Amino acid sequence: MKLYEVFIRSKAGLHHKHAGSLHASDPQMAIQNARDVYCRRNEGVSIWVVESEHITASNPEDQEALFDPAEDKIYRHPTFYDVPDGVKHL
Amino acid sequence: MMDSKQKYILHLADNALILGQRIAEWCGHGPVLEQDIALTNMSLDLIGQSRLYYQYLADLGGNGKTEDDFAFMRKEHEYLNCLLVEQPNGDFGKTIVRQFFYDVFHFLQLELLSRGNDEQLTAIALKSLKEVKYHLNYSSKWVVRLGDGTEESNARAQKAVNTLWKYTGELFEWTEYEKEAIAAGIFPEPDKLENEWANKVHQVLDEAHLQVPELPYMQTGGKNGRHTEHMGYILTELQYMQRAYPGLEW
Amino acid sequence: MKNIDLEKRFQEKIDQEIRIEPRDWMPEKYRKTLIRQISQHAHSEVVGMLPEGNWITRAPSLRRKVALLAKVQDEAGHGLYLYSACETLGVKREDLVNDLLAGKAKYSSIFNYPTLTWADIGAIGWLVDGAAIMNQVPLCRTSYGPYARAMVRICKEESFHQRQGYEILLTLVRGSAEQKEMAQDALNRWWWPSLMMFGPSDKDSVHTAESMKWKIKRFSNDELRQKFIDMTVPQAEFLGLTVPDPDLKFNEETGHYDFGEIDWAEFWQVVKGYGQCNEERLEARNKAHDNGAWVREAADAYARKQEKRERQMSA
Repeated sequence: MKLYEVFIRSKAGLHHKHAGSLHASDPQMAIQNARDVYCRRNEGVSIWVVESEHITASNPEDQEALFDPAEDKIYRHPTFYDVPDGVKHL
Repeated sequence: MMDSKQKYILHLADNALILGQRIAEWCGHGPVLEQDIALTNMSLDLIGQSRLYYQYLADLGGNGKTEDDFAFMRKEHEYLNCLLVEQPNGDFGKTIVRQFFYDVFHFLQLELLSRGNDEQLTAIALKSLKEVKYHLNYSSKWVVRLGDGTEESNARAQKAVNTLWKYTGELFEWTEYEKEAIAAGIFPEPDKLENEWANKVHQVLDEAHLQVPELPYMQTGGKNGRHTEHMGYILTELQYMQRAYPGLEW
Repeated sequence: MKNIDLEKRFQEKIDQEIRIEPRDWMPEKYRKTLIRQISQHAHSEVVGMLPEGNWITRAPSLRRKVALLAKVQDEAGHGLYLYSACETLGVKREDLVNDLLAGKAKYSSIFNYPTLTWADIGAIGWLVDGAAIMNQVPLCRTSYGPYARAMVRICKEESFHQRQGYEILLTLVRGSAEQKEMAQDALNRWWWPSLMMFGPSDKDSVHTAESMKWKIKRFSNDELRQKFIDMTVPQAEFLGLTVPDPDLKFNEETGHYDFGEIDWAEFWQVVKGYGQCNEERLEARNKAHDNGAWVREAADAYARKQEKRERQMSA
């Protein structure tokens, strides 16, 4: 049996979200198991499964280098810009 | 006395209840947690279906009877389920093969029922179809995995096929109440059902490298209340509380 | 970075309520503690299926039968979520299960008590799940992310379990004299073992201090036990049942119930494997595992064949 990660779309229009993991020997079994294990209470409308070993993850040690540089780029956010009172729809 | 339509509904209900009760025996004892959960889901679906049928029977004028009176308060010969569903679980392979034989039949049967002229049964059939479609998918895939898995799993699955085959004939041997349900249009035109069942079963067994046994005789009787020796024990557990403490609410 | 700095930074994160995630640095002892605690928790869920499962085929109505089935099934699910959380720490479920089957791992002792009557199913839902929820709610904020997330899911699903049990007992106490007696008998047998579920008294608990520092645990055994008693006694009164503790009394000064001494000799006896059902429970799990071996092998063999066939198709 292999370890699979399960992603579930809870309703149309939303992203698939990580729900947890499970064991299965083949992808079809993983889908069925995901349905039985993670969708017993109407949690989903769509399931993705992927073998855990196929996921490449960022290294926690790189966290600062990867993410901190975005912190001071405040010009990417609309609140950075001044808009005079009275100007609408902007 | 029940009329033939009531008997027919009772038969549908008992099939679901007894198979649901059988599968429930697995809960806590499955080959791996994921399958433990999957089997229990099927059991819950089936018991849920049996409740819909029993409740319908109660509505049809069961003299104030409830679903539980139907489910728990009858003698063995008054249960009208087919012999296949009362067969012991055996190993996981036997449970899967029993499930598969029944699922193929159950799915086709519900398809017909859903096109019948009894509104209530049509509604129950439509709801159940979704569940049974999944059961069929599940059991077919497992039959193939076991048949085309290891030498041991193939041998175990083959043994289950050989043992259970003799209970499949009864599925298509229409009782009086089924004939009347057919004639009344409740269970419309099942002429092709047996062939379709055989085609699907052969197709999956083929893919699973399993052989269909050549059997000269089939076993029959459950649908008319003549059961195998296993039924008494099923009821001993099912009705334990009713027998030990008659007439109480729980 | 030196270990001492890493450890300092780790503790800072914990103190700031930042969750620890699988690939983050963590002290080896933190990892070991989590593996021990989460796997014990997982084993408890799975072994816990057995005493209740015992009554599935005998449940007294279809409504009770489906509720019980769904509850026991949830426990399988909870075991699975917890094994999964444990696997993020770099251990395999298989190895954890093997430890359980070999009798090397612990699980909650409560499940080594027998379920003798239908009322026991009520008592388990009410008391055992009640005590479990007491333990589990704070664990939703435990410092290790995957464990906390599993617990959130578990707590959400558990919410019907306790009600299911209480409703069973409520029906009994409103029933015949024989049924009331059955309910009282169940309370008599399950009360003390339920209190023992919170573990040894704080002064005898070896793991508490460190687990609190790391915010794996947020309340001590005795605190949780007291909360449970305060919550449960009024519920017993509503049922008209007598809690089997002559020393139980509301203390106006503290605002809590005072209660009698727990029989710690019994507690240790069952923990050490000498409860009525220890052997049977392990035997049942071993049997399920052994009987499932050929199924797991078959599924793996089939998957390998399929992969090979697909490779050949695409070649």
